[in-house]
Amino acid sequence: MAAAEQASTTAAGPAEPNHGLRVFSIWLPLAVAADLVIWFVWGPHLPPGDMSTSAANQQFDIKVMGVMAAPVMLAVLVYAGYAMITWRTRDGDEEDGPPIEGNTRVQLSWITVTSAIVLALFVFGTVELVTTNGAGAGEGPSPIWRPDGRPLVVQVIGQQWLFTYRYPQYGGFETTDLMLPVGQEVQFNVTSLDVIHSFWAYQLGVKADANPQVNNVAYTTATRTGGITVRCAELCGLWHGAMFDYGQVVSVAAFRSWASATETRMAKITRTLPRYALVYYPNEIAGLAKFYYEAGLPGAGGGFYGNQYYPNEP
Amino acid sequence: MSVLARAVTLLVAFIAVVGLAFFVVVHILLAEPPTVDFTASHVNGQVDMTIMTDPVNDVSDHPDWVSYFVRSPQTGQWIHSTIWQLPAHTRINVTNYEFDTCDPLRNQFNGRVAGTIGDVMTVSGEADGVNGSGISVVNSDTTCGVAHTFSVPELGINVPFEGVLYTAKNQCTQGPCGMSFTHTKTTFSFITPGPGDYRWQCFIPCGLASVDGNGHAMSTIGFMTGYLDVVS
Repeated sequence: MAAAEQASTTAAGPAEPNHGLRVFSIWLPLAVAADLVIWFVWGPHLPPGDMSTSAANQQFDIKVMGVMAAPVMLAVLVYAGYAMITWRTRDGDEEDGPPIEGNTRVQLSWITVTSAIVLALFVFGTVELVTTNGAGAGEGPSPIWRPDGRPLVVQVIGQQWLFTYRYPQYGGFETTDLMLPVGQEVQFNVTSLDVIHSFWAYQLGVKADANPQVNNVAYTTATRTGGITVRCAELCGLWHGAMFDYGQVVSVAAFRSWASATETRMAKITRTLPRYALVYYPNEIAGLAKFYYEAGLPGAGGGFYGNQYYPNEP
Repeated sequence: MSVLARAVTLLVAFIAVVGLAFFVVVHILLAEPPTVDFTASHVNGQVDMTIMTDPVNDVSDHPDWVSYFVRSPQTGQWIHSTIWQLPAHTRINVTNYEFDTCDPLRNQFNGRVAGTIGDVMTVSGEADGVNGSGISVVNSDTTCGVAHTFSVPELGINVPFEGVLYTAKNQCTQGPCGMSFTHTKTTFSFITPGPGDYRWQCFIPCGLASVDGNGHAMSTIGFMTGYLDVVS
């Protein structure tokens, strides 16, 4: 009865404007403008920049997601604003609003659009991981996506509180300097000697956890020369905040010159290093476990590498 | 319980919590060893700094923690501190007396001498390794020769201090250690950079049995890590 009266009242009143068209008319130019700003103005400045293939892809991904998210956010905001203005309570209006029931068209549209967006992002994300060989993230010890050819291998060794780098293709020398050639695929083999660290080469868009006794592989190709900031991105103790260094991307010729010179300069210490390996067990190198056992000492790992190395430990 | 009793209880509990928080902040979180000032001790534009590394100490709540001491340039007394104020762009001549035995490096890369003048050091005493001058590498894996390191990663400085033999007699049992105890002596020099705070640490995991060897003394300023407070 009440519904019939309501319908009668509505039918007798002034014709309702097409609210959907109004909202759409407000939303469309705003969404287009926002997307243009995101893509052309904000996008080129989004982190992590475009110094490497993985960084550029991450920037592209963030731009795509921003372009997709902005219209959705604007739709919500425009509708909310329109509703607050159009259907606000006016002076003297104490009447209840009309009862609203299900709207199949709206529900179907909502489910279809959101499903399409989520599925598109799923496909997009997967493609972006595959085509960029892991997008600069650690793929674990057996990467699914590998680049073609023979990349330059750089081993990243995390230790409280310092990163060092080994170059197995140049005699296995180790250094505190991260130097990379431009335009050449790089394979980072990331590991740790103690706790969990995270190798975050910001400008390269590379971020891979450094886990003890695990080789975590990440790929990238630097596309222009310049400086790199490396930070530990995993809270790792007292000096975590100071665990950073700076690297360089240089020309191929400059890199080869540096690598050869460093190989020579580091030859004396390189001879004392353990053989290059994907992971290291500090108490096992050079017979240290035997030494510890015979001396009746606790090990250098402080109990971390297994009780078999600590004869004095319970 | 009356309203008054409840109010008093609440007030007492509040004061207790605030007092505990104040104590933790002031006496634990903000607690730092004294800064030892070397800025006024120039001799011919150089500063001489003498430090020692002890297996024990009798001046803290943790007598079994390994620890650095530094000799005050003003009084000649050994001070339990790892915050050293140095003049900028100045040659620092360091002498370290090492009283601890060895613990092999977790990464033998830190067995190299780097960032010092000539990238070398001089060692004498009962070292479980090489003795002499111009030493640029100590292999801690074959001789177990490194007791501790003095490393300033930001400045590229790394000096491995050779430890005394495990079988050595008359090992230090009381810190600061007297020179009559068995020890090694290491000397090296470096040039300070511009003003700034530069953290330094030891790279031997000598906080054994705590947080993978890098807890306790390794993670406490005043023991095996600290600052070079370089001022203009």
